[in-house]
Amino acid sequence: MIHFDNVTKSYINQGRPALENVTLDVEKGEFVFLVGPSGSGKSTFLRLVLKEERPTDGRIHVAGRDLARLTNWKVPHLRRRIGCVFQDFRLLPTKNVYQNIAFALEVIGKPRRFIRKVVPEVIDLVGLEGKRDRMPDELSGGEQQRVAMARAFVNRPMILLADEPTGNIDPATSIGIMKVLDRINRTGTTVVMATHDAAIVDSMRKRVIELEYGKVVRDQSRGVYGQAY
Amino acid sequence: MRAQFVFHEVWIGLRRNLTMTIALVVVVAISLSLLGTGLLFVRQVNNTRTYWQGRVQLSVYLCTKVSSSPQCAKNGPATPAEMAQVKQTLSAMQQVSSVTYVSQPQAYQQFKQEFPSMVNSVSAGEIPDSFQVKLKNTQADAAVVAQTVNGAPGVDQIVDNSAILDKFYRLLNGARNAVVIIAIILIIAAILLVANTIRLSAFNRRRETSIMRLVGASNFYVQLPFLVEGVIAGVFGWMVAAGLLIAVKSLWLDTLQGYFSFNVRLTSTDLVEVILLSMVLGIVLTGATSFLTLRRYLRV
Repeated sequence: MIHFDNVTKSYINQGRPALENVTLDVEKGEFVFLVGPSGSGKSTFLRLVLKEERPTDGRIHVAGRDLARLTNWKVPHLRRRIGCVFQDFRLLPTKNVYQNIAFALEVIGKPRRFIRKVVPEVIDLVGLEGKRDRMPDELSGGEQQRVAMARAFVNRPMILLADEPTGNIDPATSIGIMKVLDRINRTGTTVVMATHDAAIVDSMRKRVIELEYGKVVRDQSRGVYGQAY
Repeated sequence: MRAQFVFHEVWIGLRRNLTMTIALVVVVAISLSLLGTGLLFVRQVNNTRTYWQGRVQLSVYLCTKVSSSPQCAKNGPATPAEMAQVKQTLSAMQQVSSVTYVSQPQAYQQFKQEFPSMVNSVSAGEIPDSFQVKLKNTQADAAVVAQTVNGAPGVDQIVDNSAILDKFYRLLNGARNAVVIIAIILIIAAILLVANTIRLSAFNRRRETSIMRLVGASNFYVQLPFLVEGVIAGVFGWMVAAGLLIAVKSLWLDTLQGYFSFNVRLTSTDLVEVILLSMVLGIVLTGATSFLTLRRYLRV
C-alpha cells in the first residue's frame, strides 16, 4: 500500500536530511505506529505519502502509483484515497459536525443524496450519535478529533494517516480515539499513526517503525514504544 | 459540479472582505468607463471623418467691393469673365468632383441660419460670393487644388474646410489620449487590486482551502470560488461603467453638436459596442488576474 524505496529527503538550508535512505513497506490493512523524537522525520514521511513534498532521491509508491510519475493535476485523486487526521483537528469553526464532514464530500463533487446517506453512517461509526448539529467549540477535544476522523474516513480512503492524533487529548479520552482508529482499521483501511504516546503504542501491540535522525532504527511487528523513552 | 456550493463560497468571500470588494468594483468601474470614453472619442473622430470624407470642401472666395486683400483692391470685384475662368479651371481638374457657385445673397442666408446671433453685425454685401469645391479624394488634394487657383484674377482667398475639421480632430484626439492614459494607469491599479483582493480572500479562507486540498478537491474546485469572486466584482464594476458611459455619451459627446455644427452624432450602436467591449475587457481582466494570483497562492 505504501512502499518507500531508498528515499532521501533533504530540505534546502539544512545540513542533515530529514529522511535518509528509508526503505519500508506498509501492506494493505496494516496498522503501523511511526515513533521517534521530534525532528526524527515522522511528519516528513507523512508529507511525502501525500505528495505535499517530493523526495530528493528514491522512489515512493502509494496505492499502487509511482508518485514521481503522478502529474500535479492527478494529486487530488491520490489524496481522495488517503484520509488525514492531525493533532490540531483542523475543523471549520463556522460549520457544525454534519457540515464539517459533508464539506469533504461536497468539495470533491459528490451528489447530495450520497452525502445525506453516508455522513450519518460515519457519525455513528466514530461515536458521535446525536451530536450532528453541534459546533466544534461546543465539543470536547476528544469529540472534535472524532469529527476529524469521521471527515477523514467518510470517503472510505484506502489509507488513513494520523499525525499525533492524541497529542492534544488526555489519556482516558485517547483510548476512545484509538478504538475508533482500530474500528477504521478493521474495515480494511491501512492506518499509519505518528505518535509520542508510549502508553498507547504499548497497549495496542501493533507494528512499530522507529525513526531517529531520519533513519529507520527499528521495525518491529507487535512492538512497543521502546525502553529509551 | 455543484453550483450551489461554489456560489455559497463566493458569497462568503465577497462578504468577508466587503471593503476590498467595494474598492475593486469602484476602480474597475472608473477604469472601464475611462477606457470606454476613450473608445467613444475614437469613434466620434472616425465617424466624423468618414462623414466628411469626399465632402471635404474648398471655399474659393471671390473679390467683392469691400474685399480688403491687396489683390482685390488692385483689380476690383471679380468680373463675370474672371469668374467663368476660375470655374473653368477648377472643373477641369481631375481631383475635383463638383464646383458650385454660391452667390452673395445665398451666402448671407446660410450665414443667418448658422449664426443667428451675429446677423446684426453683418450686412448682405459683406459676405463674399464663392465657389464651393467638392473634392473627390482626401484632404491631400486640397492643397493642390488650392494652389492652382490661388492668386488667379478675381480670387480673394481660399479656405480649406478640412483645416477647421483638423482642429476638431486634434481636440478630440488630445482628450482621447489623456483619457486613455489615465485609463491605463487605473487598469494597472485595478489589476493590482484584484490580485490583492484575491490574496486577502485566499488568506481569509486558508483553513477551508487547506482542508479542500487535503481531502483531494481538484484545483479547479479549490480555485473556482475565488475566480468567480473576482469576475463578479468585475461584472459589477462593468455595470457601473456602462451607466457612466451612457452618461458620457448623452451628457457630453452629444452636446458637442452645439459647438461644432459639422459634428456627427454617435449612434447607440457605437455606444453598445463600446459597452460590450468594456464588458469583455472587464471580465478578462479580473478573471485572468484572479487566475494568475491563485496559481501563486493556492498551489497543490
